[in-house]
Amino acid sequence: MFRKRYKSIFASIWSGLLLLPFMGIGRSAIAAGILFAGFTLFTKTKDFITSPEGRILSHSVQDRICTIYGMLETTWIKRGFPVAILTLLLITPLTINNYYIDVLTITGIYAILALGLNIVVGLAGLLDLGYVAFYAVGAYSYGILNTQFGISFWPAILIGAILAAFAGMLLGMVTLRLRGDYLAIVTLGFLMIVHLVLNNWDEVTRGPNGILGIQSPSIGGFVFSEPIHFYYLILVLAVFTVFVINRINHSWIGRAWIAMRENEIAASAMGIDVTKMKILAFALGASWAGIAGVFFAGRYSFISPESFTFLETVLVLSMVVLGGMGSIPGVILGTALLIILPEIFRGFQDYRMLAFGGAMVLMMAFRPQGLIGSPRRKIELHG
Amino acid sequence: MLLQQLINGLTLGAVYALIALGYTMVYGILELINFAHGEIYMVGAYMTIISLSLLTATGLTAKSLILSLCIVMILTMMSCAAYGLTLERVAYRPLRSAPRLAPLISAIGMSIFLQNYVMLTQGSADKVFPHILPAGGLSLGNTSLTYLQIFIMTTSMFLMISLHAFIRKTRLGKAMRATAQDKKMASLVGINIDNVIMATFIIGSVLAAVAGFMVAMYYGLVNFYMGYVAGIKAFTAAVLGGIGNIQGAVLGGILLGVLESLGAAYISSEYKDAFAFIVLILILIFKPNGLLGERVPEKV
Repeated sequence: MFRKRYKSIFASIWSGLLLLPFMGIGRSAIAAGILFAGFTLFTKTKDFITSPEGRILSHSVQDRICTIYGMLETTWIKRGFPVAILTLLLITPLTINNYYIDVLTITGIYAILALGLNIVVGLAGLLDLGYVAFYAVGAYSYGILNTQFGISFWPAILIGAILAAFAGMLLGMVTLRLRGDYLAIVTLGFLMIVHLVLNNWDEVTRGPNGILGIQSPSIGGFVFSEPIHFYYLILVLAVFTVFVINRINHSWIGRAWIAMRENEIAASAMGIDVTKMKILAFALGASWAGIAGVFFAGRYSFISPESFTFLETVLVLSMVVLGGMGSIPGVILGTALLIILPEIFRGFQDYRMLAFGGAMVLMMAFRPQGLIGSPRRKIELHG
Repeated sequence: MLLQQLINGLTLGAVYALIALGYTMVYGILELINFAHGEIYMVGAYMTIISLSLLTATGLTAKSLILSLCIVMILTMMSCAAYGLTLERVAYRPLRSAPRLAPLISAIGMSIFLQNYVMLTQGSADKVFPHILPAGGLSLGNTSLTYLQIFIMTTSMFLMISLHAFIRKTRLGKAMRATAQDKKMASLVGINIDNVIMATFIIGSVLAAVAGFMVAMYYGLVNFYMGYVAGIKAFTAAVLGGIGNIQGAVLGGILLGVLESLGAAYISSEYKDAFAFIVLILILIFKPNGLLGERVPEKV
């Protein structure tokens, strides 16, 4: 008991000393105090949970959660839940103002991005840090095709997806032989090269100024102009994404990816063509980013390299990690949380990335499967 | 011109090599890329500026420049070592037996956290190193070699040679080599693995601190995102030389520095940062074990 208290005192003094040169005496002392309270609370809770009474209590709570989960597992709730969410999403924009409709639209863009990244990271287990490069490929292909050649939104969405998939295939082929951490750095380098090209190839991409005046999508004579039009468009795209990815996830392709993620050698011994599946994961993941990119360019009619930085990758990656790698409902929940929470805590906006970074570390230490983990992933991450 | 670029490249390469050593040592022991290593270097550069401004406020810098720079360097090394230790304790130790993806994501989270922490506490504007160093150096025709460049090269050389001697000759160095070969076996013969890993992080962070200290003086500018690009380049250097191999990291760092400054001068300065990645991709495709790396069969 005494040793534990001693430990949290030591940890908070240590962090206070670390913070001292950067924050000054007053603020670092306050931070150390807050950390001390946090550590004490954490050890107290942990002590309670591991104590006999605590164990009984936590077991009964777990039992109750299991019963609730069991109820949720019944087919009609399982079928009804997505329908209820979808109805809610259809009705909500009629009741809120344009600003919040726009926030929801952005959530939709990120949901498509995160679901695409989920294919690569969550299902195939390949950590792709250059994912936003494909988003840029989609956005710039519509931007350039529209402003230079007058191609409209609908063919562009297909072209953008195909071009992004090709870029994904290219990256997949180059990085085929690399394992986890090497892959992460090379894909990161790929993103930096794409970013440099966008910034410096003035004749085509207009460099840091970006491309202006991209046309909004239209059907027949109807032009998408109000935020609410775009909202319904992204909703359709997002639902389509969820549907397709869910089908892929439960097909032989999804199972092959998961087998490959768990153990590459065993998977190839079972007759899975690992090379083909890796390239397929990259291409399929990238194509969603391409679609999201085309929509982004159509929605804001302006794109510049600023929108496609490493920070965007981190944002999308934290959505996947927070929600639960490999789990579609988890990834959607993660996206919604990471877009909507910062809107609620507007005053703390500067601390957004700090919190995301910290959350990634804490999630890996305490709940690696994410908020709604996929059952298979849970087994893997717990070793 | 060529000679000048070579000198600039060697200076840059010496810095890359120092950071690359940290990557390579951690990789050798934990088989993990310490993604947040670049941020330790960034913290070092900031500590240099912060502690120097403190010393200037006390008036020591005006009295004795050499003494105050020595104090700055020691403070920087100490704080970077503390940051490196904390990094290992918080982000890596709890995940030591977890699958590979977990520590990697945790490391990326740590790197983002440290960048934003420095940005929030120190501001997002560049910090400037004061003009206190005497200018000048040796010059031959158009080519000049400043005292600072000489200092950077000799310091790096000294550190690398001492590291080599440390790993070859001391008890702890021997324990490190044993741990790198086989963790379980090393712990069976009585080596405390936790201590060895901590020592590795301390040494790596101290080298990164020195790199940050020298870069703050050399470029005179420090910002919160400097660790990101420098980290990737140093990693490239480590891979170029063969990751896990100490001489390889030095060779890779120097080669990369020279290549980059020649590329910027003769090919394109806009794409200067892209050279490192192109080299990285080419190396990983054609010679994934690096120049000096041994071929290690993948364990099943």
